Amino acid sequence: MLKRFATLREPGIRGHEAAAGWLFLMPVIVILGLFLVLPITMAAWVSFSDWNGNGSPLGANAHFVGLDNYRHLLTEPGLDQNNFGTALRNNVYYVLLVVPIQTAVALFLAVLVNRRVKLVGFFRTAFYFPSVTSSVAITVLFLFLFSPTGAINKLLSYFGATGPSWLYDPRGLFHVILGQFGVDQSSGSLANGFFLGVSYWDWLSGPSIAMCVFIVMAVFTTSGTFMLLFLAALQSIDDSVNEAAALDGASEWRKFRHITVPMIRPTIFTILTLGLIGTWQIFDQIYVGTKGSPSNTTLTPAFLSFNASFNGNNWGVGAAIAFILFAIIVFFTILTRLATRNPDRVPRRRRFGPTQALGDPNASRVASASPGGAP
Amino acid sequence: MNAHRKPRIARSRAALVLAMVAALALTAGTALGSRQSGTATTTLTALIGSSGPAETFAVNNAAKAFTKQTGIEVNVVVASDLGQQLAQGFASGNPPDIFYLGNDQVATYAKAGSLAPLDSLKNVKAFYPSLRAAYTYKGRLYAAPKDFSTLALVINTASWQRAKLTAKDYPKTWAQLASVAKKLTRSGQVGLCTGAEFHRLGVFMIQSGGWLVSKNGQTATVNSKANVAAFNFVKSMIKAGSFKLTNQLGVGWGGEGFGKQMCAMTIEGNWISGAMTHDYPTVKYRVVELPTGPAGKGTLQYDGGWGMAAASKNKTEAMSLITYMTSPKVQMGNAKAFGVMPSVKANAKAWSKLYPQFAAFLAGAEYSRSIPTVPDIATVLGDFNQQLQGLPQSNNPKTILDRINSELQSILNK
Repeated sequence: MLKRFATLREPGIRGHEAAAGWLFLMPVIVILGLFLVLPITMAAWVSFSDWNGNGSPLGANAHFVGLDNYRHLLTEPGLDQNNFGTALRNNVYYVLLVVPIQTAVALFLAVLVNRRVKLVGFFRTAFYFPSVTSSVAITVLFLFLFSPTGAINKLLSYFGATGPSWLYDPRGLFHVILGQFGVDQSSGSLANGFFLGVSYWDWLSGPSIAMCVFIVMAVFTTSGTFMLLFLAALQSIDDSVNEAAALDGASEWRKFRHITVPMIRPTIFTILTLGLIGTWQIFDQIYVGTKGSPSNTTLTPAFLSFNASFNGNNWGVGAAIAFILFAIIVFFTILTRLATRNPDRVPRRRRFGPTQALGDPNASRVASASPGGAP
Repeated sequence: MNAHRKPRIARSRAALVLAMVAALALTAGTALGSRQSGTATTTLTALIGSSGPAETFAVNNAAKAFTKQTGIEVNVVVASDLGQQLAQGFASGNPPDIFYLGNDQVATYAKAGSLAPLDSLKNVKAFYPSLRAAYTYKGRLYAAPKDFSTLALVINTASWQRAKLTAKDYPKTWAQLASVAKKLTRSGQVGLCTGAEFHRLGVFMIQSGGWLVSKNGQTATVNSKANVAAFNFVKSMIKAGSFKLTNQLGVGWGGEGFGKQMCAMTIEGNWISGAMTHDYPTVKYRVVELPTGPAGKGTLQYDGGWGMAAASKNKTEAMSLITYMTSPKVQMGNAKAFGVMPSVKANAKAWSKLYPQFAAFLAGAEYSRSIPTVPDIATVLGDFNQQLQGLPQSNNPKTILDRINSELQSILNK
């Protein structure tokens, strides 16, 4: 079969190479199939089943229940729905704060270490260092730093401030701020409306003080990694582009805004996407640090999925949470792609390259990168 | 010549690789084979969640003694995350034969069919009836109690004396508890502290005459008047500043706050003795029974037990191992090694002699309560604990109780 197919396309000495190709691909196909496709398919099956953790999920103990687990999570009021809503709320604030801050910090650091200054190698290493340290080690370090009697509160006390008890403080940041203005639950009508088992008022809580510690930690650890990506992108910008802009009298800020940022747009997309995926999947910090406490304010969908499965023996619900999380991540990735797509500001460039495909953002980017530098 | 040599080398290399693979497969095959058929001895696996080296050592010693007596090998595995490793075992269809099992998980696993009933255990009558009840689900016993603990009031003797209190002042009522806590509170040390969780604060519910479920176990009674009164009392002490929860102090558990002398009294179980000896040897303390509430005495009881997997291939041997592990002799050895209270009545006298200073813990066994055996109870109580962390900030403890009540009712209805 293979042979005949090959001879049809290319009769000759390369006829047998298709078989060889498949042979060489086999290890990867087997590994991916065994460790990726198979487990994901199994998890998908579990999310549609009532498997109770006893024996194989493909055995007699699991029955198909359709969308019951999803319905249970999304529409039935109760503890599971409330936990899921709370976990989503926590994670939304975590993502909303971590992704923009870490991207901005990473870009800022990259611009700093992209200059030709003394000790730049040292700073590059220093900024990257938190990224190569294990997240568990950093979490433990942060637990000590942010303990109520730890270094951070000691530092604050030198300025006459009393720090909160950080990881033990369940108060939402926005609630605390609103409380300063005398707004609390009793004065609002938000307490009576519910979405996913969580009242509107609680949706607006903001990240808890405890979650803020994890937000700081995420920015601290991942900014270094993303700095490296930004640095690579910055160094691929030809000096002549900036020189030309400088000759035209552009200020540093304008050069950054109108040359650097547009030219590293693909990297920004990559970093936003990686950031989104990473932040929606936060697990090990929570597992090591707080296990969801205080008052469930550091509970995240990934940890809830683990907890529902392994400790609650509620495997179907746990798997369903994982797949909803997957859908959320895919949704936001597509959204980021749309938002960071190169806008087609073609008309002025058309005269440079009439051959470029107008609809293809990559083509225009390549075209704008090379001839743009030579005035 | 050259043209001939190359393929030969390649061929011999291929042969070598083949030979190596074959050798590997053979050794692997024999290694796997010998486990099943090699010798006549059976090997049992026991998964334990150890409190520390002392417990691991004691369990290993008991297992060795069992092997000497019966010829059955025992492989003791110390879990880093007992729940997770147990779940993995059940899912794989090849779980450990016997394992530690808390009574909050017993109903969940029994309902899933992962546990083998142990009603026919030889020494089943030796255990305290209340401990057996704590492991009974739908009329069948699913774990052999191996030890238990109760909560009592632990008092820092130095602070007690500094506040000019004497042995006569050990609190007998809630009012007295509030009053001594107030006297003990000074700068840097609060009178009483304990964990912000049901597993500690629940004692006030019992003392107040309340409980999680009704007598027949069918109705949730978390938001009963008695329970509301209990949490209002706790709340009043917190407001007075003489009682702080561990999350207000920023410590992991009551024993840590007590050991670090951040509080003068705490409500803890007998495991605190190990922590005090190892981590805070200079802090002298005394254990007394918890005060009596409006409805009488009350404390919570924590049970440790040995469960057996339904999928175990060596049930008879596993049963005899469980019987051995829960025998008075082994339990007394464990009590000496790491201070737990034996689950068999036969050891009560010997234990009181060994630990006269902890008599209050054993006395608690008379009126203590275990968590009801309902599937998913651990999840609901987990949420109760999470909600109670907000108790200091909460204006109305009843909202927490209402919430937990409806959650508990929904799992009772299942």
